[in-house]
Amino acid sequence: MSEQKPKTIFEKIWDAHVVKRAEGYPDALFIDRHYIHEVTSPQAFDGLRKRGIKVFNVNRTTATADHNVPTKDQHLPIKEALSRHQVETLRKNCAAFGVELYDLGHPFQGIVHIIGPELGLTQPGMTMVCGDSHTSTHGAFGSIAFGIGTSEVEQVLATQCILQYKPKTMKIEINGKLGKGVVSKDIILYIISKISASGATGFFVEYTGDAIRSLSMEARMTICNMSIEMGARGGLIAPDETTFNYMKGRKFAPQGAEFDKAVEKWKQLPSDAGAVYDVVLKYDAADIEPMITYGTNPGMGMKVTDRIPTVEELKEINEQVSFKKSLDYMGLEPGSALLGKAVDYVFIGSCTNARIEDLRLVASIVKGKKKANNVEVWVIPGSKQVEEQALKEGLNKVFEEAGFELRSPGCSACLGMNEDKVPPGKYCISTSNRNFEGRQGPRSRTFLASPLSAAVAAITGKVTDVREYI
Amino acid sequence: MKDKFTILRSTAVPLPAENIDTDQIIPARFLKATTREGFGDNLFRDWRYTPADEPISDFVLNNVSFSGKILVAGKNFGCGSSREHAAWAIYDYGFRVVVSSFFADIFKNNALNNAVLPVVVTDKFLQSLLETLQQNPQTEVIVDLVNQQISFDGKLEKFEINAYKKECLINGYDDIDYLLSLNKEIREFDLAH
Repeated sequence: MSEQKPKTIFEKIWDAHVVKRAEGYPDALFIDRHYIHEVTSPQAFDGLRKRGIKVFNVNRTTATADHNVPTKDQHLPIKEALSRHQVETLRKNCAAFGVELYDLGHPFQGIVHIIGPELGLTQPGMTMVCGDSHTSTHGAFGSIAFGIGTSEVEQVLATQCILQYKPKTMKIEINGKLGKGVVSKDIILYIISKISASGATGFFVEYTGDAIRSLSMEARMTICNMSIEMGARGGLIAPDETTFNYMKGRKFAPQGAEFDKAVEKWKQLPSDAGAVYDVVLKYDAADIEPMITYGTNPGMGMKVTDRIPTVEELKEINEQVSFKKSLDYMGLEPGSALLGKAVDYVFIGSCTNARIEDLRLVASIVKGKKKANNVEVWVIPGSKQVEEQALKEGLNKVFEEAGFELRSPGCSACLGMNEDKVPPGKYCISTSNRNFEGRQGPRSRTFLASPLSAAVAAITGKVTDVREYI
Repeated sequence: MKDKFTILRSTAVPLPAENIDTDQIIPARFLKATTREGFGDNLFRDWRYTPADEPISDFVLNNVSFSGKILVAGKNFGCGSSREHAAWAIYDYGFRVVVSSFFADIFKNNALNNAVLPVVVTDKFLQSLLETLQQNPQTEVIVDLVNQQISFDGKLEKFEINAYKKECLINGYDDIDYLLSLNKEIREFDLAH
């Protein structure tokens, strides 16, 4: 019998990746997989040039173009000069430093957090970083994955390591059976509404409980993806048979006997009985209903059937000021309900909800129906592979008949950077991850919700309780 | 090698909103540059200018009464996107310190990597500083990194900073210099995994 102190999965992975732990210094943590994209990498490559050094290990580095790409006519040169320059700079840098790039037109191109898992590059037990806060997505495989800034991208390119202090650990346990119309997006919006947009800052979260276990890999990714929206450094879910089944046969996953060996190793990862967390939170799945946000941070969420709080219901004065500013921006009244509120746009996409399962959920609602006249609906698959699968399953026809516009992969209207933007003052119900002021375009107004809730809003043209439709 | 930071005496700019996310600090449409310079012009762009690029007069950066190298902001500053452009924009505009009662993790690291010192103070101290600045924009704020203290108008508070990061700021060191010194150990680790 081992006398070792029980460890959490987070501690096991972290400790196995410390190259150097020195008194007075943060840990030098080895990074197994580094994903890069066009927006947060150019200055990092310039840094390497200035220092006259190469990429430490190109085999651990994968690039794609996603944030700044158009979702229409991807075969043509990018119209906007600065965007084009940024994507071309990525091309030049990847060619010069020997980094694999899944560029526009490549069958593996797509949103960086969608392609890593679908290609099997993301694996249990790994450490992964990317110059993007939604890197937490990859934690769904039982790995440590977190977003970094460009100076840190440069560090990882140069040394395959990052200097980091070990965050505290938080366990969020959700038990019970999910109700009708409730999907993983509702779980994470519910958690964030409970603990606020800063409730997990300084922590690395592990999601556990039978409600989490019951979820597919794709649904788990949605939950881990939004860990950053409560401030967490990252979020993970211990691997199990669902994980191993997903991994099997993926292009860059171990194959044959190597796969079986890997699974045996991965089975050692889950937290030991008696492992201690700094904070433990428990929720009952039965309390979770379809969720929607009403404000300008993801913590400002509620059940779709609820009403927005009144100013008096908020305890702190400071909070009241920000709350009023937020509702003013959104053009909403404190104390009012959102059910029945007309929307102008429906955005189905982003690293949160643009996997094939999300598109299937949407299709299940809209099949044989037409969108409302007052809405414009964009469906943006997360990757070329998702797009191809959607075509194979005929989902494109379902969307076409409903009057939805199915475009090509990219981050699209999630972040108001590329051509896809929600116009000023317009309301968009969105499957993405952030409802910040101007996030989807200057003065755009965002309601975050699940793919099911977004799909039903596309049909009715207003905020609707999806449970009335299924 | 970056700027060295020991002590800063400056007037300060109050921005009391909470949960200021990095999309407000620098909206995504301004992230297209491939260098680190010039982001200051678009710092808080959509709070600072109308869609027609006219300055919004009641926004604090457009108020001539306020200036200085210290930004004082509400709780949970820098949440959201990991874009380091937010730290570059703050630096490029001329700020060297951001004071708040709480910072988002990634922003805090990005700031420290760009010679911008995030100073965490208590809610009470923050409120007092914000109120004092509103009443007297000429108030001098002193941020002393060596002794880890911030003061104004005879009020003083100690602040925490990691010893390693403090040393980096005082000497203008980069994390990367330290990591490059571990090259041999990292190579061995890489081969074994």
